[in-house]
Parts: sequence; C-alpha cells; structure tokens
Amino acid sequence: MVEVEEPQDYLDVFQSQRGGFSFENCKRNAYLAAQANIKPPTAMKSGTTICGIQLKDAVILAADTRATEGPMVADKNCEKLHYISKNVFCAGAGTAADLQHTCEMMESQMELLRMATGTEPRVCTVVRRLSSMLFKYQGYIGCALVLGGVDVTGPHLYQIYPHGSTDKLPFTTMGSGSLAAMAIMEAEYNENLSIEDGKKLVAKAIRAGIFNDLGSGGNVDVCVITKETGGAILRNYEKPNERKFKAQHAAFPKGTTPILKEEIMKLVSVEEDVVMRD
Amino acid sequence: MQAPVEQRWSPYADNGGTCMGVAGEDFVVVAADTRLSQGYSIHTRNCSKVTQLTDKCVIASCGMKSDAITLHKHLKARMVMYEHQHRRQPSVTAIAQMLSTTLYYKRFFPYYTFNVLCGVDDEGKGAVYNYDAIGNMERVPYTTSGSGSALVMSVLDAQIAKSNQTIATPSLDKAGIVELCKDVLSSVGERDIHTGDYAEIFLIDAAGISKTEFDLKLD
Repeated sequence: MVEVEEPQDYLDVFQSQRGGFSFENCKRNAYLAAQANIKPPTAMKSGTTICGIQLKDAVILAADTRATEGPMVADKNCEKLHYISKNVFCAGAGTAADLQHTCEMMESQMELLRMATGTEPRVCTVVRRLSSMLFKYQGYIGCALVLGGVDVTGPHLYQIYPHGSTDKLPFTTMGSGSLAAMAIMEAEYNENLSIEDGKKLVAKAIRAGIFNDLGSGGNVDVCVITKETGGAILRNYEKPNERKFKAQHAAFPKGTTPILKEEIMKLVSVEEDVVMRD
Repeated sequence: MQAPVEQRWSPYADNGGTCMGVAGEDFVVVAADTRLSQGYSIHTRNCSKVTQLTDKCVIASCGMKSDAITLHKHLKARMVMYEHQHRRQPSVTAIAQMLSTTLYYKRFFPYYTFNVLCGVDDEGKGAVYNYDAIGNMERVPYTTSGSGSALVMSVLDAQIAKSNQTIATPSLDKAGIVELCKDVLSSVGERDIHTGDYAEIFLIDAAGISKTEFDLKLD
C-alpha cells in the first residue's frame, strides 16, 4: 500500500492538488476493508489475447472480443481494437476503462498534431507520448498495448507495457492468451507473407488464445493498415463461437409478476384560465 | 537477524465446472459439463463429473477434481461392501446418509467437493440431495453446484419452482426438463469461463439410467 502523509499546512494541500492521482482515500479504503469488510469496486478487465505482425508494406493487428469481471464474462463481443489516427491503430489488453480513455486521449492529441503540422502523425510519436504518460503514472494505468501503423518511414509495430517500457518488434502478442498466440506466431511468422496470409496468421493466433485461454473468447477482430488505404477494422472477421443449442421457452403470460403496490400519479395537470382583455 | 518467514500450505485447488440435478415425480435428471480447468487454463475438455454408484443412483461432484476422484472411488468401494453384506444394492436414501457421514468424518480436513446425489428412491420417486463440503445434507426438488451454480439456480427457481409468479403454468414433463437442463448449461457456458466444452445428461427412471451428451462452446 502507498503511504500517504497527512497534510501539515496549506502548502501540502496545494502540493497534493497539483494533479495526477489522489491517494488520499487509500488509508480509508484499507481501514474499511480490514475493519468493516467493505471492498472497493473492481474494474472490468479484459483477460485478453491481442497480437500484431509487421509485413513488407503493412501492419496487421488482431484481438479477441471477451471482457471479463473475475470468472464472469461481462461482454461477449467487445471491441479491443482502437483507432488512434487514419494510419495508426492499437490493440489493448488490461483495464477496460484505462484502455478506452488512453486511446481516446491519444486520438485527440494526434488529430490536434495533424491539424497543427498538416502531416500524418508518425507511429514513433504515438509510442513516445503513450510511454511517457504510462511511465508517469507508475503502472497504475493498466494498459498493455500492441500499437501498429504505417507512416512516411514505413510500417512499424510496437509493444507497450503498463509501466511505460516499449519494444519494436516484427511480431508480438499480449494479454493472458499471449503464450498460446505466440506459439502460433513463432511457428508461422514470416515477413514476406502477403496481406491475405497475414490476416489468416493473426486470426489463427487469436483463435489459439480464444480456445486455450479462459480469459479470452468470443470472436476475432482484425485490423489491416497499409500505406495506400490507411487502416480499417474488420469487425468479427471470424466467428468461431456461435451458440450451439437454444431451447424454445414458452413466454411468461402477461401479468405473471405479482404486483406489490400500485400507485398512479398524475404528472401533467392542465389548467385553463380565461383572461378578459379590453 | 533474519525476518520471520511465513510458510503456507495450500492443498486445495478449484477445478471449476457446473452440475445440476432436477427431481421429477418418478424420475431424475442430472446434468454436468466436462471441462476441467484451473486458473485461466483448461486441463482437459472431456472429464466426467458424474459417477454411477448403483442401478438407480449417480453422484455429480464439483470443486477439486482429485478429492472428487478419491471420494467417488471410496463410495464405489462402499457400494461393493454393502452388496456383499446385504445381497442387494443400497437405496438412494441409504447412500445419501452414508455420504453425509463420509464427508463429516473429514470435518477438519474436508474433501473439497460440492456434491449432488441423484436417484430414484425405494418408493419410486425422484430424489435429489444437495451437500456442502463437510456433510450438510438436504433432500431438495432441484439443486446445482459448482462455478456456475448461481446462474443455474436463478433459472431453476423460475422454471421449476415458479417463484414469484401469480399465473399457474403447466410444470415441465420429462423431455421438457431435459431440454431445460441443456439450455441452462448452454447459457452458463456463455457467461462462466470455467464451464464449457461438452456436457452429459443422465436420465434415471424406472427403465434405468440413460446418458446423452451434447456440445457446449469451446472458448
């Protein structure tokens, strides 16, 4: 647990309000958890499989679509591929809220940069900004990213960890299903693959995660980024997990639910006044 | 001086999975998935949770697989011993009581199993017994245990017990209950990460025990 010092004077208070995360409730929460058995809410995490490959003139990203809260599936078809700019996309694993907000913020920063400079943003710019931000927050922003794009210098693929470290790689996997997906990547990756074969490879790697990792599941989303066409998300590129059995239930007759109390309020009242004018 | 080191011993594991039992007037339906998992990994996709004890009694166990195997092996041995002594198979009610004492015998180092015992009793009626890990037993019209039990129970409360419903609807027949069990396990497979792959359904009635299998999702 992070130790927070009690503010001694107004300067301490001012210092604590300068921005960043506030840890003032940490002590209280620890006390509540210990004494009253009140636990803080847990965030939705995507126990995920994401991956990406770099080819001669394209980058391909892919992700599964399962979001979990502990052992429960919170969303069977969520979107883990995020738009950063026309030529840069990223796949995210970790805390859902952090991923969504981080990517939205980066999207807005890159659009402002594009308008200010009149050029397409470079992939290395996005990576530098993301890693600086994540390092500043010391890993508390739970974003594990596979970032890919094509800029004036060609196709690039990066891996970014929640603490801010980055790697530039020809192929990569992240999330709880990364080991299953990496097995496929190591066996079959080759930089001379065509785009169509590349799509098949990333989908196969994600399928390995979907079937062999309980934190991953649902469908396969793919994103292809090329110099000519920019990036495009192929939502539900594969659907390997359609429901196999569905019984026909008789619908509950109308009025089945018991009524405990009935109260009808008149919310709109119409008043008419006749005013005589001369 | 060296700091004190805390030694921990954790002999238990949770292997997930879901099972359920529903009693009818003269039959009983038992259903369970066949996934064996731990944490985020699947150990095997095809591992039965259900063991047949007599011609009209089966037991389904969730929790820790190694304890379930040991318990089932022990119970099967007790079935043989009973048959040798009494020249007939034990009744479901007798097995139910024996299982309760077997579990409580290990009160302070329990079998980490959550059992559902099902069969047709001496009066020909469907019987479902529910247990906790240390031998608390109750005969119930329907029950469920395992990682998806909270999801199963809500559907059984509505469809079997018809809780909180003012309009009487016809209760399900034998085929209807089997269909319901298939549907419920399919639904649990959608939302519980430890439940999936395949499922078995045992139907026990006057004709004996019949087993059917069907597919769940593999993700």
